Amino acid sequence: MQPLSNIESLLYFIPELLLVIFAIAVILVDLGVKNRESATVAYLSLVGVGCVFAAVLITHAQLGDKTAVSLFLGMIRLDTFSTFFKILLLLATAATILFSLRSEELDARLKGEYYALLLAISLGMFLMASSTNLLMIFISLETVSLTSYILAGFLTHNPRSSEAAFKYITFGAVASGTMLFGLSFLFGMTGTGDLGQISTRLTELLAAGEVYSLAVLIAIIFVLAGVGYKIASVPFHMWSPDVYEGAPIPITAFLSVASKSAGFALFIRFFYSGFSSAEVMQSVDWTLMLAIVSALTMTVGNLAALPQQNVKRLLAYSSIAHGGYLLMGGVLLTSEGIGAILFYLVVYLFMNLGAFYVVVLIANEEGSEMVDGYRGLASRAPLVAGAMAIFLFSLTGIPPFAGFFGKWLLFAAVLEQGYYWLAFVGLLNSVVSLYYYARIVKAMYLEDSDEETTQSSFSTGTFALLSVFVIPTILIGFLNIFYTLSNISVSVIPMQ
Amino acid sequence: MLLSLMIFIPLLGMVAVLLLPRESEELVKRVTLLITLIPLALAVALFISYDRSAAGTQYVVNVPWISAFNIQYHVGIDGLSVTLLLLTALLGPICVIASWRNIEKGIKAYMALFLLLETGMLGFFASLDLFLFYVFFELTLLPMYFLIGVWGGPRREYAAIKFFLYTLFGSVLMLVAMIAVYLSSGAPGARTFDIPTLITLASTQGHALNNLDFQIWVFLGFFIGFAVKVPIFPFHTWLPDAHVEAPTAISVILAGILLKMGTYGLVRINMAMFPQGMDFFCNGTGTWGNSLALLGFINIVYGSFCALAQTDFKKLVAYSSIGHMGFVILGLAARNTEGVTGAILQMFNHGVISGMLFLLVGVLYDRAHHREINGFGGLGAKMPVYTGITTLAFMASLGLPGLSGFVGEALSLLGAYDKFKMLTILSTIGIVVGAAYFLWTLQRVFLGTLNPKYEALPEINGREILTLAPLAILTIVLGVWPNFAIDMFRESVTNLVNILQAI
Repeated sequence: MQPLSNIESLLYFIPELLLVIFAIAVILVDLGVKNRESATVAYLSLVGVGCVFAAVLITHAQLGDKTAVSLFLGMIRLDTFSTFFKILLLLATAATILFSLRSEELDARLKGEYYALLLAISLGMFLMASSTNLLMIFISLETVSLTSYILAGFLTHNPRSSEAAFKYITFGAVASGTMLFGLSFLFGMTGTGDLGQISTRLTELLAAGEVYSLAVLIAIIFVLAGVGYKIASVPFHMWSPDVYEGAPIPITAFLSVASKSAGFALFIRFFYSGFSSAEVMQSVDWTLMLAIVSALTMTVGNLAALPQQNVKRLLAYSSIAHGGYLLMGGVLLTSEGIGAILFYLVVYLFMNLGAFYVVVLIANEEGSEMVDGYRGLASRAPLVAGAMAIFLFSLTGIPPFAGFFGKWLLFAAVLEQGYYWLAFVGLLNSVVSLYYYARIVKAMYLEDSDEETTQSSFSTGTFALLSVFVIPTILIGFLNIFYTLSNISVSVIPMQ
Repeated sequence: MLLSLMIFIPLLGMVAVLLLPRESEELVKRVTLLITLIPLALAVALFISYDRSAAGTQYVVNVPWISAFNIQYHVGIDGLSVTLLLLTALLGPICVIASWRNIEKGIKAYMALFLLLETGMLGFFASLDLFLFYVFFELTLLPMYFLIGVWGGPRREYAAIKFFLYTLFGSVLMLVAMIAVYLSSGAPGARTFDIPTLITLASTQGHALNNLDFQIWVFLGFFIGFAVKVPIFPFHTWLPDAHVEAPTAISVILAGILLKMGTYGLVRINMAMFPQGMDFFCNGTGTWGNSLALLGFINIVYGSFCALAQTDFKKLVAYSSIGHMGFVILGLAARNTEGVTGAILQMFNHGVISGMLFLLVGVLYDRAHHREINGFGGLGAKMPVYTGITTLAFMASLGLPGLSGFVGEALSLLGAYDKFKMLTILSTIGIVVGAAYFLWTLQRVFLGTLNPKYEALPEINGREILTLAPLAILTIVLGVWPNFAIDMFRESVTNLVNILQAI
């Protein structure tokens, strides 16, 4: 496939350009808005997300018969895989904007920057999902990281938020530095930044014995530091509980879903098209390492979640654990495994964002993020409690909710490759996770609130938004289309 | 179609109940009762129209569901499932009536969850696709957790989460085994979850499923999943807690149906699909050859002795359940016609009898607000009708000839004696102890001098008799005419025994 030139590429780059335009527009419009309480910029960014969504679909339709086009002289690639992630990321962005609108913890004076940064971070994630060149990979990763640091520290009056931003940036800097070092190794060995060529060159070099497989392994480990930091896998997960707890809830929700998805997009594209050839897999044994990282990630996440009293922090650890489950699908880079990751990411988007939305609602109402604040919720607000229970059970992986189907695919992919011990670790982790998810359910249903029970009043809009997350969480597993969609998206990534 | 209607009517009913206004409690109860009567009517219709002379599955519906993995919505009934479907559908309205007065808060949510539970149970017994089977199996977990956790006794939170964690632990092992079976069932693209197909493949020479090592491992995976449900020692400790805390009607369902899901699974999956694995654990030779029978024996004796030691009426019945499920395990381990027939009959009978026992405990608890056996005495004179029905249930449970409990246990022991002489003889200790604790309880509660506190205890009322009468009648009918039930599953048992002996 011949890469398109810079000018030709612009036609396929409209969604990204639109994101830039809207991010600037948000800042400009914000200058003109007198009333600080007004939600104009939020709606403007929502419109922006809507337009980008349309643009993504139209751009994808332009592909026609071709499965993919390579843009900007091979820097990024547009295919079903990247479109899949773009849609996923846009959904997460739209949800985050809506959460932010309803959340009461954000500073009204900083709205313009906030939404502009959200659109900017989406741009970075779009690029993460489509980069096929080492340089582009690093730039997109940094775009996302830098914006995340600011967003995590957005509660300027809250010291925890500043602490979160500071920890985030310290860890982030180390991780990106390490990754850059690894990328330079790869460039030095192969003389190219293009993932496809790296794969070909590595295969040749390894066959000819011209590079040490240990050097390749070290490069992989270094790169994993950067990717692992984005998906919060052990041992690069330390930042995430503090950041998730300190950041504004909508941002926490966004980071736990969108940032993780983009991280996995990068992970999959990088390893699947760069290192999955039989020769490389044979001489550089990194699957066992990934399997161990996956097992550790879910175990550490789940065990650390057990004693948490703060729901936001609990969900942060649970999100680490889910990163571990997702990694299981990537261990052997089979198309079933990758398909399972994509499917699980869709499910995870809905159930995790849904859970965070309930956290926003309760934080607004109770002013508390602690498990105790959920006591008696079932009698105060039965629908909200019911929705939360569905999200939590889906996160545990109990049928008939979508989380079960997602986990099922992941376990099947792992078992298919004979990694029995990993599947066992994963399943035992699911049982452990039930315990802490059920603690919230227990508080909502089995315990009574200390205060008099007054019916909480939530607006119709709240319920409508809640149902946007509940309905997919119930239905996705039963619909064929999502399985097909994730399989198609996998099939287009070039595999060597 | 009839079958699918039966499975999903409670689910639709749940939606209907949720839409009713919260204040109209009477309406909620009546609507729920009406809804649960429909599956009962359908179950009776199936029971009557079922072709008793055919061995295969009937009323089959098989449509693709998740085609990417060859998962089908495949339901159908054979003699075993139709019997248990009838039991489930029968206990449905009985439990609704039993919950009429003693559920104080949130009756709407209670009834809705109950209906969801019923869909899970009915679907489970009718599934012929392994994936569907698992989904229904797990579907019973959530409503049960809430029903115990919200409406249960003082330690309900502990009991509910313990029940949930134990069962989930069992079912994830089952999930691994299930995926392993799926992956070994054929080349990619040709894999299947279809239970009848898998059963055929597992007995096809040279197929990956027809391999002793493989069968032993997946047998164990499924076995632990089901053993937690049955419950088989040492996975039983959730049961006394769950029973003691659960409201009466939920205890009835727990003992009557949920425990049967475990043994049903053993028959449907472990025995039929993995006959070689089954042989490994039941052939009477080698280190493991006696293990299943041994577990049955432990259940019988351990459950009975534990029951003897209880002073809480409900806990006594709960432990007696563990003992009686031991007979099912022992009968299944025998792998012959008598043993399997006895085991299946015992499953049905135990559902009926333990249902009665838990209802009776509930009747007493509603009046006295405690269940301490030693706190009563002389109730026989005060409540003659109640005493009469309780005596009937006790006698049926301890295995008095002429009542249903006897037939199942006798056949199980008869079958087992053929294969495991020593264990069978020792198991009869359980029967003696069973007689001891029931008679002793009878004496402590109903005979002797009346505790003056209970001078004014009202007699059992019409509503309560209504819940007990159908079960009492079944106990007597099946006691004198067991073929009424055995005819239903005779062919299915023959079929199963053939599979087991073909290896």
